[in-house]
Amino acid sequence: MTETSATPGEIRSTRPAFTTRARDWMRDDPVAVIGLVVLLVIVLCAIFADAIAPHDPTLQDYNAMLEAPSAQHLLGTDDLGRDVLSRLIHGATASIYASLLAVGVAALLGIPVGLIAGYTGGWVDEVISRILDTFLSFPAIVLAIAVTGVLGIGLTNAMLSVGIVFAPQLARLARARALVLKQELYVDAARCFGASTWLILKNHVLPNAIQPVLVQITLLMPVALLAEASLSFLGLGMQPPDSSWGSMIARAYVYAQIAPAQMYAPGIAILVTALAFNTVGESLREALDPTARR
Amino acid sequence: MLNPLQRRMLRRRLVQTIPVLVLATFSVFMLLKLLPGDVAITIAGENATVERIEEIRESRGLNDPLLVQYGNWVWRALHGDLSQSFLSGEEVGTTLLRVFPNTLFIVCYAILISVLIGVPLGMLAAARSGGLIDRLVMMLSSAGVALPNFWIAMIFVMIFALNRAWFPATGFVAPSENLAGAIWHATLPAVALAASGIAEVARQLRSSLVEILHSQHFRTLHAKGLPFGTILWKHGLRNVSVNLLTVISLLVNRTLAATVVVEVVFAIPGMGNTIVNATLQRDFPVVQGAVLAMVLTVVTVNLVTDMLYSVLDPRISQR
Repeated sequence: MTETSATPGEIRSTRPAFTTRARDWMRDDPVAVIGLVVLLVIVLCAIFADAIAPHDPTLQDYNAMLEAPSAQHLLGTDDLGRDVLSRLIHGATASIYASLLAVGVAALLGIPVGLIAGYTGGWVDEVISRILDTFLSFPAIVLAIAVTGVLGIGLTNAMLSVGIVFAPQLARLARARALVLKQELYVDAARCFGASTWLILKNHVLPNAIQPVLVQITLLMPVALLAEASLSFLGLGMQPPDSSWGSMIARAYVYAQIAPAQMYAPGIAILVTALAFNTVGESLREALDPTARR
Repeated sequence: MLNPLQRRMLRRRLVQTIPVLVLATFSVFMLLKLLPGDVAITIAGENATVERIEEIRESRGLNDPLLVQYGNWVWRALHGDLSQSFLSGEEVGTTLLRVFPNTLFIVCYAILISVLIGVPLGMLAAARSGGLIDRLVMMLSSAGVALPNFWIAMIFVMIFALNRAWFPATGFVAPSENLAGAIWHATLPAVALAASGIAEVARQLRSSLVEILHSQHFRTLHAKGLPFGTILWKHGLRNVSVNLLTVISLLVNRTLAATVVVEVVFAIPGMGNTIVNATLQRDFPVVQGAVLAMVLTVVTVNLVTDMLYSVLDPRISQR
């Protein structure tokens, strides 16, 4: 252990500058760059939906129902004469909010539980692991539907349920990392100095366990997005008159024979967003985890 | 048929399933307990007297300690009594017996399609890794993760049912009544469900096969002069059978969840429609029963998979 006595400053100096690394990344993984750009555009749409949308997404116009795309309504109108493009843009807000909420809940519940289980070990770990295994054997969306039913129907409750359902996945990952990290010398050292378990978890275990968990969080985003779409499609998520991509598809399906084109836009929006999240997540995984490299 | 080692493994695995079963049933039981509001009032109706509510509470055992209630609930469930629907008054067990076979039929059909198409695709991709099929499989599998399956289902309905009328757009025929009709009705939902299953099977099979094809003993098979096809189908497939089994058992869990949404698209009288309608109408005994049935199915599939592991690879039971 004597040959690795570099000071932190020296380690930092051997690391390439941020711009160099960014350039390398763009060269090595152009698909992920496209994914990131697409994601940025969608997030901007979500944040500035009110400013970007050409019409009020809930404004009904009974003189212009189920219209084909035109200069006035770029993607046509729905069965109540509402502008589809505007509803699509506002749907981005719902989707991004929903995914962040679900994944955030999953992280807040899962990471501490996993870290405590892995670090404490013994019967605590045994009990928590059994509970995690049990919840992982529930078909995810079925459990989410049932929990939504209990919490009450609506987008926020639906995504809280999805978050609860996702939490065991993150907990399991965090537990596996904590199991490895508690053997590290610096954790031993901290313990010798009399640091409390809480302090060790916060200052040593969490920062070193977070990378694979962050990757998993990114990869859960598209799953959460699809869960939101499914639950809204089933009528358990976003409630009318507000728009979400899933509920737009559900509505368009009713009129599929009259205006089939209405179904494509929200579906493609879901597909593109989920793909973008996925490529960025995969790229992050490859960048952070050397064993995942092809 | 089973040797002593495998039998011991089986016993150990069965014992390990017990805590999972207890926890799973307890969580499903608690689902109803966590409901805001009083179940007794829900049953009695808004204008019931205090005495009537207390009577229902007593007769339903709602005044018992929680664990006693749980025990009674499990005991009744074991005897097929899952209480009645709040709305129709039908026994939940009867409802489940009616709808669950329909869902199982579609799930099995979808998994069959996933395996029948996914396995050859995965093998072709592994045989020429980096080739056209390989790149196609990789592309499909990353798209498969991002594809909303209910949306694909609708597109299928539009193309193959509304435009071409090759398949019916909605509805279901029980396989016990008319097998051909059942297959005809279930094809579109099964294909829609299999879309991501095919990609998943192909991708997993490809990655485990590529690893094995680069191993020493496959080089020996090559050197022995065996044709590549024989190596791939006979030796390759046998070596990845355990991985394939894992993929399929995960697929059962995922497909079972995915049918919930796809069933709604096709208006299939299965578990999905039952659970969604019951949730929308706050008919919780039905939700509880349906979740219980699905969880038990997944736990059973996991158990059977673990047993098959030791049949396919005897080394596993020696550990």
